[in-house]
Amino acid sequence: MQYLDEFRYEPLALRLINQIAAETSCHRSYRFMEFCGGHTHALARYGIEDLLPKNIEMIHGPGCPVCVLSAGRIDAAIRLAKQDNIVICAYGDLMRAPGSRGNSLLRARASGADIRMIYSPLDALKIAMDYPDKEIVFFAIGFETTTPPTALAVQIAQRDRIKNFSVFCNHVLTPAAMRHILTESQSLASQRLTIDGIVGPAHVSAVIGCKPYQEIAKNFTKPIVIAGFETLDILQALLMLLRQVNTQRADIENQYDRAVTDQGNYSAIDAMADAFELRESFEWRGIGHLSNSALGLSKKYCTLDSEKRFDMSAVPVLDNPACECGQILRGRKKPQECKLFGNACRPDTPLGACMVSAEGACAAHWAYGRFRDEVRA
Amino acid sequence: MSNTHRRSKIDLIDGVVELSHGAGGSAMATLISEIFYPAFNNDLLLQQNDQAIFNVDAGRLAFATDSFIVSPLFFPGGNIGSLAVNGTINDIALGGATPLYLSASFILEEGLPLKNLLTIAKTMGTCAHSAGVKIITGDTKVVERGKADGVFITTTGIGVIRNQIVLSANQIAPGDCVILSGEIADHGVAILSKRENLNFETNIISDQAALHELIQLILEVGEDNIRVMRDPTRGGLASALNELAEKSDIGFVINENKIPINHSVAAACEFLGLDPLYVANEGKLIVVVAPAAAADVLGAMRSHSLGRQAEIIGVATEDSRFFVQMVTRIGGRRIIDHLSGELLPRIC
Repeated sequence: MQYLDEFRYEPLALRLINQIAAETSCHRSYRFMEFCGGHTHALARYGIEDLLPKNIEMIHGPGCPVCVLSAGRIDAAIRLAKQDNIVICAYGDLMRAPGSRGNSLLRARASGADIRMIYSPLDALKIAMDYPDKEIVFFAIGFETTTPPTALAVQIAQRDRIKNFSVFCNHVLTPAAMRHILTESQSLASQRLTIDGIVGPAHVSAVIGCKPYQEIAKNFTKPIVIAGFETLDILQALLMLLRQVNTQRADIENQYDRAVTDQGNYSAIDAMADAFELRESFEWRGIGHLSNSALGLSKKYCTLDSEKRFDMSAVPVLDNPACECGQILRGRKKPQECKLFGNACRPDTPLGACMVSAEGACAAHWAYGRFRDEVRA
Repeated sequence: MSNTHRRSKIDLIDGVVELSHGAGGSAMATLISEIFYPAFNNDLLLQQNDQAIFNVDAGRLAFATDSFIVSPLFFPGGNIGSLAVNGTINDIALGGATPLYLSASFILEEGLPLKNLLTIAKTMGTCAHSAGVKIITGDTKVVERGKADGVFITTTGIGVIRNQIVLSANQIAPGDCVILSGEIADHGVAILSKRENLNFETNIISDQAALHELIQLILEVGEDNIRVMRDPTRGGLASALNELAEKSDIGFVINENKIPINHSVAAACEFLGLDPLYVANEGKLIVVVAPAAAADVLGAMRSHSLGRQAEIIGVATEDSRFFVQMVTRIGGRRIIDHLSGELLPRIC
């Protein structure tokens, strides 16, 4: 497992840091958004931000699938879980995500609901086969990274006529969210808050490839660099972004070429096209409704759609009015600028989207970076 | 375990725990005499009284109790029995005491194969024997199928403190060194590797071990310079350091580069989405020691088989917010926070 050390190799990291410092212009600032929660987590976990020049600012984007899942959808799943004979299967970090009134899958499980943590939707299928008398509902969430496995599970369930399996589909799309963020960034009057470039998703891009970002980079004239999740990946991607900004380029570049191709993974893309169709509109926690930004099961698999099999209607849940997640997800505020941060809103009592999962901007700042707050203030 | 009636032998090959094994009658007496007496075999237990009576040296005693639940019951490197004995031995030893006696209480689930119970009991006997400790009293209860997870064990232990050294978190002062006895996260990953829903191929084995010899060695070398010791079990190294920081009103700065971790364990944590700093250990030791004695203590630890990979991983610092900070491999800084809720894997 040499991959861990090679991509965290300190001497190379230090060279990249020095190079970034050398190429940063002191006459301007640079605001780069890392779209993915995985990158937010990695930046904090490896302590990368400390080592960047002061005029490079990282903005934490909305790419944490647990964070942006609306509370109403979580409530709907919990409501269903409380019915007899229902088993809800979910990924680990969704278990703690809060619905309304602090409810969560973990809490529902403690109250007797049959909710199981799984690593793969195929585990949910196996549970369905093992318990033919129960209804197994896979609570599917995630960006394009986790979408193909859901597609595969749906295809297998249909093929093998596994009737007691269904999918509560909450898959969302990266390019749609990226377009939304950049559109809003462009409309800002203040130059101080614009985004100068984007660290593009790693695993998502391994599935969809670089191509979907091409028109985004072009239309918004913003450089995008697809980056892996390791220390060297992120540093190299920042250097590439810096060079694009300094030379007024706005291209899509691929730092993570050991995993990402231009065209993406054909089988995964085909499976997604087969299993899903675009939803007209979908609610993103902290952002609001975005059109064409999420997937539902396609007509071909509509009998496997939990939303058609059960009453899963989502009742809108209003965020705390003091919550600044909307501003934070758009890069206009820092977590520590929110009045709720660290007070009413903490990782064990999250109120807003950014505190919900470890990958959220507020949770990452709380867990890894809050020791700096007093010094800065 | 006071019943002396011997009945026909029980089926230790195909038999299972039945409700009658906890009913106080002859079935229970047979279970105890066939499984626990031979496994724990010592003079005090075999007196078969409702209590064990023993003399101790005059002086201070250390007393600790712990309950053990683990799934699966058997894992690479040990089983619930070895955890139950070594865990309580360690709790006693961490106070500077020499562990002497243990009690063992069992909650058995109806249907548990008797051969599994026998293996667990034998392991406990072996662990106790090799640590020079006797299991001298105990209890057995049986619950209906589905009301427990095979077997739950509670052990309570007693030990004598034969020195004048006081170990306590509130003695930690800024500048003190933090020594870690070896590689982290082995136990938690070994357990996860055998969970029904994961089951990945690995050679990782639990680090579970009795630490009392290593602890005595450290106290002999470090004497009054040893401030406190902890075994970073549930919640891992991160939780143990946070607990120490809060109890002593100081902070810690530790170096990521210095934290020993096995390559396979690091890789497993990476693909499971877990941070090894929060993953459980069962045979590791954190020693906080005055800087003057740190080198000697480190040398002594490395001379012991359970401390070969010991490292000075950081220092105590003045910090009004009691943060545990880490200097990352590339020289950045971050907090190592309290674990919030249970450890959950990340999805991507």
